[in-house]
Amino acid sequence: MKSLKSYAILYLIFLYAPIFLLPLFAFNSSTVIAFPLTSFTTEWFTTLLTLTEMHGALLNSLKIALTSAVLATILGIFAAMAATRYTFPGQRGIMGFIMLPLVLPEIIVAVSLLIVILRMGFNTGAWSVIAGHTLICTPFAIAILQSAFASLDPSLEEAAYDLGETPASTFRLVTLPLVMPGIISALLISFTISMDEFIIAFFLTGAEPTLPVYLFSMMRFPKLLPAVMALGTILVVLSILLIVIAEFFRRRGAKRAGLKDTGGFL
Amino acid sequence: MTIKKKPSGPALITLQKVEKHYGDYHALRDINLEIGQGEFFSLLGPSGCGKTTLLRTIAGFEDYDSGYVMISSKDMRGVPANKRPTNMVFQSYAIFPHLTVLQNVAFGLRKSAMSKAEKTKAAEDALEMVGLKGYGHRAAHALSGGQRQRVALARALVLKPKVLLLDEPLSALDRKMREQMQVELIKLQREVGITFILVTHDQEEALVMSDRIAVMFEGEIVQCDDPEVLYRKPKSKRVADFIGVMNFLPATVREEGGKYIASVAGLGETEITGEQCPAGVPLGEATVGFRPETLTLLYEGQTATHREAPATIEEVVYYGDMTYYDVKFEGVDKPVRISMRNIFGRDVLDVGAPARVSWSPGALVVFGAGE
Repeated sequence: MKSLKSYAILYLIFLYAPIFLLPLFAFNSSTVIAFPLTSFTTEWFTTLLTLTEMHGALLNSLKIALTSAVLATILGIFAAMAATRYTFPGQRGIMGFIMLPLVLPEIIVAVSLLIVILRMGFNTGAWSVIAGHTLICTPFAIAILQSAFASLDPSLEEAAYDLGETPASTFRLVTLPLVMPGIISALLISFTISMDEFIIAFFLTGAEPTLPVYLFSMMRFPKLLPAVMALGTILVVLSILLIVIAEFFRRRGAKRAGLKDTGGFL
Repeated sequence: MTIKKKPSGPALITLQKVEKHYGDYHALRDINLEIGQGEFFSLLGPSGCGKTTLLRTIAGFEDYDSGYVMISSKDMRGVPANKRPTNMVFQSYAIFPHLTVLQNVAFGLRKSAMSKAEKTKAAEDALEMVGLKGYGHRAAHALSGGQRQRVALARALVLKPKVLLLDEPLSALDRKMREQMQVELIKLQREVGITFILVTHDQEEALVMSDRIAVMFEGEIVQCDDPEVLYRKPKSKRVADFIGVMNFLPATVREEGGKYIASVAGLGETEITGEQCPAGVPLGEATVGFRPETLTLLYEGQTATHREAPATIEEVVYYGDMTYYDVKFEGVDKPVRISMRNIFGRDVLDVGAPARVSWSPGALVVFGAGE
């Protein structure tokens, strides 16, 4: 028992200690990332404000992540409905094939996309990163939405149809509100994946880098390292906030739908 | 139970030669039915017999390969479920969990020309009809099983459909609640005068509630009659076995001077009439069936009103108001079940005791041996 407990504690330290180091050095006045700490400063956060190049990268990343998340979720809804509401020949094979990018090495996806785009005579840019990110986010969205649709009693949709609604209004009035927690989850996961994805972005980003690509390039200037820490701190706080908000909506949705609260992020 | 007046007049629903396959599986075989206006009709059969498929075919949720489905003399082919004058109560009730009770009931009125106040009034009236007055503002997911069932009924009835389709509506309720809802459903059906079509695998439920019952096996309607005929004169051994308890004994039937004589194992010879043979007189090898309540154990001093046979008591099952006895007739291996009402002052008989069994030839139903 005791060894299991210490194992659990060690595991948590391994998991979170590096993340706790971020704010520690973000507020440390020394440019060298090392102990002992010197003195408290918010200088690095103000440095962030001056890095206009980084602002561009952040904006770029947000645009790409938002677009990819929306696209992946829409595609995910279609696929999840096809998987749970209909049967057609080759269904299982096709579903397996759609989920394949989940296990495909990203480097291969990135290189092959790059070759295809260049061979076809296009230039890389934000749109090609969006295409790549949609490709890798869609399986995650499908996985989440498939379970959302599967837990939805199909007779609810039949009942709405039976009561005079069209397939479209049935979707709007019954299906959509009930799978909304799943849709929000899918959006958030896809957004997060796209936001911190590096390899595909690195290959396909063209002249305007995304935030991870920009951060990587910043690593070459040790002087800027504390600013990277500051940025990291901001991102961690934002992620926690995002997950708390998402969980709030998920729990409220589950409560409204009268479902038993199982799982979730928190 | 009161005898219900059978509906007359032209059929509201007509099914002709309806056939359906799922791939190789023959789901509906040559279904021919006429269901009248205001009738309480049941589709009864074991699971997988096609009864739900047939109900969903009438509702418009399932396509069929050939034949006709007509409601009010209109061919329903190509008419989708949302355009048919039918409404359904689903097995899971399908109450929309994100809406209130009132919003659930008023759901089908969304597209009607009524004003908002009229819609609310109609929904509240429907709730009152099913005994849920004042429940309108409640969240649908906070209801009990029986209440959900009522909301589902109100939601379907508020649209005043020509036909209400009920897919095993009581199977999720506990026994007490089920029996209560059975009575309420009968009352409700009489009150609204709408044709009800009920799907159930529970023969007792079908007998209690229906004007007529269609018994289905393997996608086929094997018998369609009112409950009493179905119980007393089942057309086959299989139907007899499915509806209630039926004892079977081997027999031989012969013709003698224009009369039919059956020689039944353990009971002896008796004359039978053609009426007792719902599927025709089976000369030669036959099986005789009789219900547990048509037999009586005789106590000392009692004499049989018709015939008497000696037997031994094998098993006694005491139910409080009733006692079931499994008895063995002489020369017959399989025990026969007898149900006796427990009368005050009369002891329950013991296992192993010899007994005299009174039976009446008129209560026998004769089937062919192979049926």
